[in-house]
Amino acid sequence: MYKILRKKQLNENVCLMDIEAPFIAKKAKAGQFIIFRVDEYGERVPLTISDTNPETGAVTIIFQIVGRSTMVLSQLNEGDAILDFVGPLGTATELEGYKNVCVIGGGVGNAIAFPSAKALFKNGAHVDVIAGFRSKDIVILEDEFKEVCDNLFITTDDGTYGEKGFVTNKLQSLIDAGNNYDLVIAIGPVPMMKFVSAVTKPYNIKTLVSLNPIMIDGTGMCGGCRVTVGGEIKFACVDGPDFDGHQVDYDELMKRNSTYRTKETHDRENCRMYKAADAVTGGAQ
Amino acid sequence: MPNMSLTKVPMPEQEPNVRNKNFDEVAMGYTAEMAIEEATRCLNCKHKPCVNGCPVNVRIPEFVEQVAAGEFEKAYEIITSTNGLPAVCGRVCPQESQCEGNCVRGIKGEPVAIGRLERFCADYHMANSHASATKPESNGIKVAVIGAGPSGLTCAADLAKKGYEVTIFEAFHKAGGVLVYGIPEFRLPKAIVQKEIDNLTNLGVEIKTNMVIGKVLSIDEIFEMGYKACFVGSGAGLPSFMGIEGEALIGVYSANEYLTRANLMKAYLPEYDTPVMKSKSVAVVGGGNVAMDAARTAKRLGAENVYIVYRRGMEEMPARKEEIHHAIEEGIIFKNLNNPVKLIGDEEGRVAKMECIEMELGEPDASGRRRPIEKEGSNFLLDVDTVIMSIGTSPNPLIRSTTEGLEANKRGCLVVNEDTLQTTREGIYAGGDAVTGAATVILAMGAGKQAAESIDNYLQNK
Repeated sequence: MYKILRKKQLNENVCLMDIEAPFIAKKAKAGQFIIFRVDEYGERVPLTISDTNPETGAVTIIFQIVGRSTMVLSQLNEGDAILDFVGPLGTATELEGYKNVCVIGGGVGNAIAFPSAKALFKNGAHVDVIAGFRSKDIVILEDEFKEVCDNLFITTDDGTYGEKGFVTNKLQSLIDAGNNYDLVIAIGPVPMMKFVSAVTKPYNIKTLVSLNPIMIDGTGMCGGCRVTVGGEIKFACVDGPDFDGHQVDYDELMKRNSTYRTKETHDRENCRMYKAADAVTGGAQ
Repeated sequence: MPNMSLTKVPMPEQEPNVRNKNFDEVAMGYTAEMAIEEATRCLNCKHKPCVNGCPVNVRIPEFVEQVAAGEFEKAYEIITSTNGLPAVCGRVCPQESQCEGNCVRGIKGEPVAIGRLERFCADYHMANSHASATKPESNGIKVAVIGAGPSGLTCAADLAKKGYEVTIFEAFHKAGGVLVYGIPEFRLPKAIVQKEIDNLTNLGVEIKTNMVIGKVLSIDEIFEMGYKACFVGSGAGLPSFMGIEGEALIGVYSANEYLTRANLMKAYLPEYDTPVMKSKSVAVVGGGNVAMDAARTAKRLGAENVYIVYRRGMEEMPARKEEIHHAIEEGIIFKNLNNPVKLIGDEEGRVAKMECIEMELGEPDASGRRRPIEKEGSNFLLDVDTVIMSIGTSPNPLIRSTTEGLEANKRGCLVVNEDTLQTTREGIYAGGDAVTGAATVILAMGAGKQAAESIDNYLQNK
């Protein structure tokens, strides 16, 4: 059993927890993930690690309530324990040698973007963070990000906080203003990562995205997490979860992620960024 | 005077059309009377060809003699003197190519049903004996075992019996390896596997689950923690795909994923959250035991049409005869001498059709089986909504890529000294599928035994 050391509700649907897992806390690097199983009946759910404390043995996870496992987890409290917690899985994000980086998070993806910003900033890189949210009431990690970057730009789709617009608008304006990024990291919903990659492509800015396909074991055994990158099949759990944003087949990933979803919930129309893009291109995306 | 019946005492089984809708065990096991009757078919040959066919050298004629005498506990003790997992082996060993394959009675008629008798003894013991194994006196020496599958469990048991302090590191949340994630409940009930694992913990073996070695700890760090030797039994977990168009479509699984969802994650039980496709027509590609398991699982999960698509013929199928026979009885449709060339999806990205090409058999290839050759222009389409690729697995690179000095061959299998199973690093031994590539439970167990012996020699002479 793995004890919950700390719990903090970040917004109505997003929760932060420190889980006691000393071996993982010692080893984990930015970009790696864990898999938890809340109880005997739960699925194995992958979550990218948000932070670690090797001294206390705490591994921080931030999760959005989307299914039964995350719902049950969100109802547990400090001192309770979960059944399984395994990691650190996946390949760590390559963060050495960059001087000028833009880290972009979308929604709960900001929780995963955070450790990369933190590590890059610690390495001495100039770090701009664009943290995008739907609305003011779901903004998370604002204070934490301020500690680990040079400039924090918050965007909301509805303009209730920060700048109105998508992260892609902000990124474009930063590039237009003359920022010469040698790396862009984008972590969030698949369409967001797709559109960020489309923004950086013409400028040839190296872009890393963190993918979140369906998986079971996280060690290369099930092959459920296969994604097509640069025309080749990769296993996100061991070859990733980070990949070159310009090479990923996002449409295939979105389809695969809907394997167990009913048609209604994954309709392309439900995605706000697609809607916006469709409005511009007439649906040619 | 031995019982000269030419055939085995038949195994009671669930009716095919009943069992293909449930996950209960297919073969229900001998009664005591049946076991005694079958045991009297043994000729108790002096040269014991059956024992030579067994990778762990079970003293077969001796235990069968005890069964014939109704001394089932004595028979069980004889079996467990060399085999730590008899309830498992009695169910999943390929006896026809091992012990039973060498049985003199098999020359004219059917061999003695050694597997069924082994299973009977193990089940009898589980049902009637309440004595549990106890921890032997410790010699204080720590040994690490990586992987709680058949080779690791066997190695750990043998070392624990010799007094070593054994810790098994398992990547999954449950011990058992392929016995829990791969082989289905209807062939090997998980309660039986759990009892065998409980036996191990009673011997003092510590099992640490959720430990992915190579990630959370390296083997070098394990040595730093005071372990004096290490056995790597990490299996062959990486699924192969064909590399044909459409393999990323929704509804295309590796057999590993499909079986893990059903077996380890219990997708067939409503109280578990694990999802799995509700399929109508399933094509399983491959002809091994895993393909049979996947096909029979798909049928039980409610698929109307389940096809085995295999590029060679029935004779060349690597699956056990019994598994093929059971699959046919349960309504699995064999489309042999066909090979998929392409998977075609619908507009939602779900697999809808499999394009196949007919094959014919040419001259024997390196494996000794006749080489399948495509029949030009014979392509046809099969309507499917699920495809399960069951064309083999290879060892996971995680350990060899994080352990300096550990050599592997071209297929990714760890290189070991054949006599000792020592790898290219002192103190590190390996066995099972991690060394041989995908093989059988019993071969992995044999390797676990051999490695335990070598580790003991190494540590006693160090």
